[in-house]
Amino acid sequence: MDSFLGINPVALFGQLLVGLINGSFYALLSLGLAIIFGLLRIINFAQGALYMVGAFFAWLGLQHLGINYWLALIVVPVSVGFIGILIERILIRPISNEDHLYGLLLTYGVALVLQGIFTHLFGSSGLPYSIPETLQGGANLGFMYLPTYRAWIIVISLLVCGSTWWVIEKTKLGAYLRAGTENSRILQGFGVNVPLMITLTFGFGVALAGFAGVLAAPIYSVSPDMGANILIVVFAIVVIGGMGSIGGAILTGLLMGIIEGLTKYFYPEASTTVIFLVMVLVLLFKPAGLFGKEL
Amino acid sequence: MILKQTVVASAMALALGANAVWAEGISDGKVRIGVMADMGGTYADVCGKGCVTAVEMAVKDFGGKVLDKPIEVISADDQNKPDVGSAIVSEWVAKEKIDAVGGVVASSVGLAISKVLTEAKKPLLIAAAGSTAFTTKACSPFTAHWTYDVAALANGTVNPLVAAGKKKWFFITADYEFGKALETVATDVIKKHGAEVVGGVKVPLSTTDFSSYILQAQSSGADAIAFANAGKDFINSLKAAHEFGLDKQATMVGLVVFASEVQAIDPAVIANMRLTTAFYGDMDDKTKEWAKRYKEVFGKTPGMSQAGAYSATMHYLNAVKAAGTDEGTAVMAKMKEIKPDDFFARNAVLRSDGRMVHDMYQVRVKKADERKNEDDIFEIEKTLSGDQVFLPMVETCDFAKK
Repeated sequence: MDSFLGINPVALFGQLLVGLINGSFYALLSLGLAIIFGLLRIINFAQGALYMVGAFFAWLGLQHLGINYWLALIVVPVSVGFIGILIERILIRPISNEDHLYGLLLTYGVALVLQGIFTHLFGSSGLPYSIPETLQGGANLGFMYLPTYRAWIIVISLLVCGSTWWVIEKTKLGAYLRAGTENSRILQGFGVNVPLMITLTFGFGVALAGFAGVLAAPIYSVSPDMGANILIVVFAIVVIGGMGSIGGAILTGLLMGIIEGLTKYFYPEASTTVIFLVMVLVLLFKPAGLFGKEL
Repeated sequence: MILKQTVVASAMALALGANAVWAEGISDGKVRIGVMADMGGTYADVCGKGCVTAVEMAVKDFGGKVLDKPIEVISADDQNKPDVGSAIVSEWVAKEKIDAVGGVVASSVGLAISKVLTEAKKPLLIAAAGSTAFTTKACSPFTAHWTYDVAALANGTVNPLVAAGKKKWFFITADYEFGKALETVATDVIKKHGAEVVGGVKVPLSTTDFSSYILQAQSSGADAIAFANAGKDFINSLKAAHEFGLDKQATMVGLVVFASEVQAIDPAVIANMRLTTAFYGDMDDKTKEWAKRYKEVFGKTPGMSQAGAYSATMHYLNAVKAAGTDEGTAVMAKMKEIKPDDFFARNAVLRSDGRMVHDMYQVRVKKADERKNEDDIFEIEKTLSGDQVFLPMVETCDFAKK
């Protein structure tokens, strides 16, 4: 094998692809957060916990209700989204006129409560969930073995991200949403039911977390604190991308996946730190984020 | 040096003298055992409320009284934080007049507690923490390291694999004290038997995606992959290894694996893995009887930590009875004098350094079609005698000689 500066190009290709896979997963997770923040100005710290709930629902469905993986991809996001709607209506709505910090603390509390409930019910070690049969196996690409399931993650994540971006940026519905962010009072004057729109948007953002949870269940440990670990990284991605920028969150997710992948290859010890390093640099030199609008 | 010896000697004399004065009976009319565990965090399944239940079971089985005085169990959540653990134990010592502490899962917490209890001269019965530091650099005459330690698990698991021809090892190591210590211990075993370590990665704690590291392990050409991590990290890394087909090319070796983790992994991913454990509920009539009773009370199957917590408490109470007092020094002496013997502790002895040496088991994880129920996970392949797997005593920790 040829190598350049001690770098094996074949291995490097593998790492880049793995980075891209993780990146598309990050993109999916940060998309939900970016929508909720960008359109509703709510900093939803419960997003990670709801991602965890999505994974547990997938397990519960398979174990007790005969809902297979494919069905779960539809049923779980809907039910997690419904939980999100309840949270928005019952908890977030009453404090919507307060400072953003209240919402942050509230959703953080919700996350801890959810985590506590699931630990109490299912224990801390986690639950098994296998890869659906049609997505088992993989293909040898020459430079690496690509499991079918990982290829599926790239395809489905990018598909969901792309269509969400298209709806928000290019359709009339999206235009309403964006207008609601700019000035909800005027939009309401035009006869649009803004409170309902906010509730549904929050529900959709949360449903994305549930969807990511189902995607994660076969490959990661389904355990109560699975969301807590990933949430911080995803938040950093949203900050780097520019709080509220939908496209920015998607692109940054992909980019950070690749940067993290390369770090895992060259200096694994720093792999969890590198994203935060990028965040610090971005905040120093471009405080609004890579794709954010200067305030 | 001489000064230090004098100090130690006078401290011992003082302790013995104190012993002679106070040795009679039970202090403040009660024997109180505190159980310190992780009630809701990462290690809650390894040693949380289950450890409390196990200790309570032991007290109940003992009759609820020792030397005609009632036995009381109190418990607390250390949140896996050493400062929290040591603060609670200090309070227990000062206000609750605690006589011994059981449970203990995070080694860092255990080490912090050990300092407090050594000063207070109260026994520490460690059920779930695995560091070898308890019987090496942080050894104490008041510590009984009961269930297992990482060296015993590494020895028990790695030895037979090297003997079976696994000559090239790759480490996936959690990048903190526990993982590094585990890697060091296992590397010693690997090298001692003529095999080599061809590479490794240090992975930050709580990494979710291990695929990059699995690719690195794949290209290393190793025929055995050692996972020097635990809990969720172990589960995530093993799942990724299976997904990327690494388990077809090399043998997967989990160094510290609890039964609760095995149950959290799809049988297709973990089947046929060889592990070392200190206890398996489904092993024989004695273990079955206890495991059944425990499950009736707690609702879940016990693992080695819960079994160890029960066994250690039982032995402690027996020692209190035999010593005729709950005074720490006298009880520890009795605990080391009487040989522990129950469903858990077999061919057992509590060495003078505080290491409880007993039989361990080399097991194979059953495949899905071999399992009769959710608790039917291991097949015992071999009983390993304690001397084979536990490290020999370090001279500085031989408290019998001091």
